[in-house]
Amino acid sequence: MHALEKILARASGKAKVSAGEIVMAEVDVAEVNDLYLQVIKSFDDLGGKRVRHPEKTTFVFDHYSPAPTIKAADNHRKMREFCASQGIPHLFDIGEGVCHQVLTESGMVGPGTVVVETDSHTTTMGALGAFGTGVGATDMATILITGKLWFKVPRVMKVIFEGMPPKDVMAKDMILHVLGDLKQDAAIYRAVEFSGETVRRMPQEERFVLCNMAVEMGAKTAYIAPDDITHDYLARFGWQKQEIFETDPDYEYETAVRYDVSSLTPRIALPGSVDAVSAIPEKKIHVDQVFLGTCTGGRLNDIRVAAEILKGKKVNSGTRFVVIPASRRIFQDALLAGYIETLVDAGAVLSTPGCGPCLGAHEGILAPGETCVTTSSRNFPGRMGSTEAGIYIASPATAAATALKGYLCGADSL
Amino acid sequence: MDIIRGRVFTFGNNIDTDQIYPGRYLELTEHNEIAAHVMEGADPSFASNMKPGDIIVAGTNFGCGSSREHAVITLKTAKVGAVVAKSFARIFFRNAINQGLVLVEIPGLDMSSIKTGDTAGINVVSGEFLSGETKMGFAPLPGHVLSIIEAGGIFSLFREKGSEAFG
Repeated sequence: MHALEKILARASGKAKVSAGEIVMAEVDVAEVNDLYLQVIKSFDDLGGKRVRHPEKTTFVFDHYSPAPTIKAADNHRKMREFCASQGIPHLFDIGEGVCHQVLTESGMVGPGTVVVETDSHTTTMGALGAFGTGVGATDMATILITGKLWFKVPRVMKVIFEGMPPKDVMAKDMILHVLGDLKQDAAIYRAVEFSGETVRRMPQEERFVLCNMAVEMGAKTAYIAPDDITHDYLARFGWQKQEIFETDPDYEYETAVRYDVSSLTPRIALPGSVDAVSAIPEKKIHVDQVFLGTCTGGRLNDIRVAAEILKGKKVNSGTRFVVIPASRRIFQDALLAGYIETLVDAGAVLSTPGCGPCLGAHEGILAPGETCVTTSSRNFPGRMGSTEAGIYIASPATAAATALKGYLCGADSL
Repeated sequence: MDIIRGRVFTFGNNIDTDQIYPGRYLELTEHNEIAAHVMEGADPSFASNMKPGDIIVAGTNFGCGSSREHAVITLKTAKVGAVVAKSFARIFFRNAINQGLVLVEIPGLDMSSIKTGDTAGINVVSGEFLSGETKMGFAPLPGHVLSIIEAGGIFSLFREKGSEAFG
């Protein structure tokens, strides 16, 4: 069995499960974010009275944090009331950060945990060796009522990275490269495991980026076998080491794809499609706004990389640079390290930990005709505002270099 | 509900949830308000041009992107008769079953002879899709999925049967 199958077998009380089988699994951690008042509506429509496991349930206010409209504020109010009336102890209110990052810092998630969130980027949890997957509101409501959800056990495809990437090439460039090659429907209904020597050397924060963007290939979940790097990361948050499930040596992967990243250069996704991936064009493309943030590209390592590029320098006068740490803890760590001071001195605009403008809700929406470079993961037409704005997806290093120059460029060109 | 008939609206591959339901309307919670923005990111005139029962025909990976159930609620409440596609993104697929929206997956769908404005018919029990000269078979929806759709979503079945409502 694959480690993910062993996790699902454990959660559904079975000795063995295999791909294609439908299992009813006990959910260890459930998370609802503030886009999802519908969870409470579906909970009521399904006849829900009491949340089965309040202690396993979390609410995170991240997409509208702090509330930009009366309607969003009212949704928050109703969710706070629901948490209070149901005795849900884990309400992460405005400013705590993006749900996935908040959960990785909560001490509730580690290797072997079954995590379900009302957000597609729950695949991020795979970087901790957890089974993480996103669902909609009604599935979440059934979890709140029963503590369980049905899953089809996925087949697993393996992506292997080899070689030492050049200095300015980040995990983001690697996953964009894979997306450009395999395309955005390559992993529908499947799990994607990332492995290889490059991944084993990768710091935990970079591993999250790979698993986070696996969903852009359609993946149900993602996975990286946990190791000492995983446990060193988790130790800070009080995670108690538990039994580690390992993939059997005779497990047959559906497919395995190998990439040598030793000569990879910075990658970008062109406006409109996450899998239209290319090297950075030679032509100078003016950029109106650079956004560094989100569950994909707003971690301490990302902020560090940007601060090192911009230290003692100024953001180009024709470009806005919006920086939003992925969580309060990351914000505090970046403050202590001096990165925030460096970025603000350079002309960056800081905002509250949360999703920011990633989904076009607030804090940096794009006007028609504008061009943006973002460290987030989606560039569908209209994703960050006007459908007539162009969004390039890039690494934090590319984003910072672009903010400095005012045109799209890689850090390797500085 | 065995037979669904309506006019066709065609769309391409990778129609993501932002195109089905733009993120700027995510704070809305009333289903009728959500329905007013159906497919607005892909075709702003769709909501005013479509009639109840009309059928969306699209390529691969329909419903990719975010997990927002709004994307299903907007199609269902606007009374889109069915979505026919070569493949669906998985969260969208689960949400659609829960809300009782008819999805028809036809991996070999030939879209070259299907155009917006054509009339199409779908037999969800026998697994047949007809539009002009195009006639395609598909794996019929499993019985328990059909029963969820016929009940208008998982809600009443769940109240009756609990987790067993999922089959």
